[in-house]
Amino acid sequence: MNKTLAHIKTGQHVIVTGISDSTLKPKLMEMGLVNGKEITVLFKAPFGDPIAIDVQGYILSLRLDEAKLILVKASNSTEDFV
Amino acid sequence: MKIALLGNPNTGKSSVFNMLTGMRQHVGNFPGVTVDKKFGNITLGGEDHSIIDFPGTYSLYPRSKDEQVVYDVLSNPNHIDYPDVAIVVVDESNLERNLFLFSQIYDLNIPTILVLNMADIARKNGKTIDIARLEGFFPGTKIIETTARIGVGKDRLMKELQFKEPSTVEQAFLPNYKLCKLDDQQGQEKEANDRFGLIKKVVSLVEQQVEKPTAKQQNSLDKILVHPIFGYVIFAAILMIIFQFIFSFAAIPMDFIDGTFSDLSSWLSNTLPAGLFSDLLSQGIVPGIGGVVIFIPQIALLFFFISILEETGYLARVVFIMDRLMRPLGLNGKSVVPLLSSAACAIPGVMATRTISDWKERTITILVAPLMSCSARIPVYTLLIALVIPNEKVLGFLNLQGLVLFGLYSLGLVTALLIAALLKMLIRSKEKGYLLLELPSYKSPRWGNVGLTVWEKVRVFVLDAGKIILAISVILWAMATFGPGDRMDKAEQKAKVHAWEQHLSAEETNSNIASARLENSYIGILGKGIEPVIAPLGYDWKIGISLITSFAAREVFVGSLATIYAVQGDSDDNKRLIDRMRDEKRSDGRPVYTLASGASLMIFYVFAMQCMATLAVVKRETKSWKWPLIQIAFMGVLAYIGSFITYYILS
Repeated sequence: MNKTLAHIKTGQHVIVTGISDSTLKPKLMEMGLVNGKEITVLFKAPFGDPIAIDVQGYILSLRLDEAKLILVKASNSTEDFV
Repeated sequence: MKIALLGNPNTGKSSVFNMLTGMRQHVGNFPGVTVDKKFGNITLGGEDHSIIDFPGTYSLYPRSKDEQVVYDVLSNPNHIDYPDVAIVVVDESNLERNLFLFSQIYDLNIPTILVLNMADIARKNGKTIDIARLEGFFPGTKIIETTARIGVGKDRLMKELQFKEPSTVEQAFLPNYKLCKLDDQQGQEKEANDRFGLIKKVVSLVEQQVEKPTAKQQNSLDKILVHPIFGYVIFAAILMIIFQFIFSFAAIPMDFIDGTFSDLSSWLSNTLPAGLFSDLLSQGIVPGIGGVVIFIPQIALLFFFISILEETGYLARVVFIMDRLMRPLGLNGKSVVPLLSSAACAIPGVMATRTISDWKERTITILVAPLMSCSARIPVYTLLIALVIPNEKVLGFLNLQGLVLFGLYSLGLVTALLIAALLKMLIRSKEKGYLLLELPSYKSPRWGNVGLTVWEKVRVFVLDAGKIILAISVILWAMATFGPGDRMDKAEQKAKVHAWEQHLSAEETNSNIASARLENSYIGILGKGIEPVIAPLGYDWKIGISLITSFAAREVFVGSLATIYAVQGDSDDNKRLIDRMRDEKRSDGRPVYTLASGASLMIFYVFAMQCMATLAVVKRETKSWKWPLIQIAFMGVLAYIGSFITYYILS
């Protein structure tokens, strides 16, 4: 099942499994969103868009439109971000 | 030796630049493009070398106009700015993402020095890096650890630069690497995959994480600053404080500048032998320069505050919370800063749009920015408000004049947003706007960077806007001083005869002569020529002259009126000018300046693109005359219709 980052709730960890084809694909990858990368949804702007994610070491914000391109799967990690 | 300074945004690259060059910095242009080129000089072992601070970028493949220059220069070894040595600044606490750009540059076979910056923060986060081992993966590269914010590591970096030799080894981190073409999307994707694959292995070998990084502390501040309610309340409060500061503190130096230049003018005209040259100096050049200098305090203060917000990392949060609100208007969260800057002056505002990567969002921001009420409108507003709006209280505590001023500002802002929404529907674009913005960690501002930003913005304003304002001032002076044939002299004779017949005092005679001469000068003829067009707005030809002259810059309006009504040396709150304007009558005896015509003028100045310098900058930034012409047209139509309706309703 293909879930995208746009569906992920605040505080959840996920692993990037791919990026849908789009002109933004190389840009997203260059920002570190490559296969296997573990990311966490940190917080969302008012109205739920854009969102801010932790890309292991820095915080990246992106619109839901961009988040929809990022395919993710649940992470086994049990640690808790609050 | 040519040194390039490169790195991701938010790595403290500009701190490294400041540390290396001190104040020996200049700004120029990269050949063929309008991106600012920041460069400086450093002396190594008695020899001077130039160092270019390239725009921060995450990859050689650009996302915005600013970043494109990095690709243009580094992809072309024959480029005039192609470096002999590249210093790549890397944020030590974020090694993986930062090594992406570094390894790209390394693979271009440019001799590189890797600067691991912000070592202190990495330590705090419990990170250590095995530098010797990391160097092992990049033969030929030397790694230097710095904390540039406080100047740590300068000597080591300087020494390394001095003795840097062209590398003798083949630099190839990614084997057989070839820089992709800009439109080769597949190639760039493959490169990102391969490169990050290798980098991940390297990082896992060289980085020791004593404890997991926590986003906790960060998060608690962000919880408040991006909160659905408090986030906006805090932003609004910060804005109010900033503008309060600007308007109360800038007034002091501005009054001083105003006084100094008008004193200088009168001193010159009294001291120099009377004649054309004296007039040119005292009525053309000196007031022209004064008209530029007077805006420096406001512009400097505004950018002082904006750069503090930027330095602390707060500005990125503003973009974050404003993006969703700006989007329906065809704007971007990043449009907030250009629009804010335009409240001081549209010139730096338009230039600040370069960070917006989407063409359409950027163009719309540029087009509506001059609708924000800038500081050049203030002298016009205050004169007109003092002239036609009574100084009384409404609802017991609100000052009516202040309320009108606030209303004019709001009108500009609201119109800017409405026009943006309209343009969003009209402008077509194949690309879709996007936002990919790093939210940097919160830091205390580095005052050196703040000071340099202020200096740069003021410099750009003085050079870009200043030369145009000055040139136009001189042209307008000439147009007001000369007329066709002996028309002006004849008018003078007639005025003299008239004065003699009516037994007027010497002062009245002189004022009548000046007025008669102006009426028959080129500019007077022009003013009369447009009178039929502007009469429906409630203006006469004298106002017409001021409208024409203030096309150079809005604040010229006040000075022109002072000349037309022959009220010179009036620095006391324009009191004499206002009295004189109140007495001004039309041929049928009705006063020229009524509530209707005054308000109509205010509305005109809210909307009209009365600024040559902004037009010039818009032309430069959009690289065509199309957009500045569209801009002047739609703003002119808005101004004409708005003023017409205002005059019609109020009279």
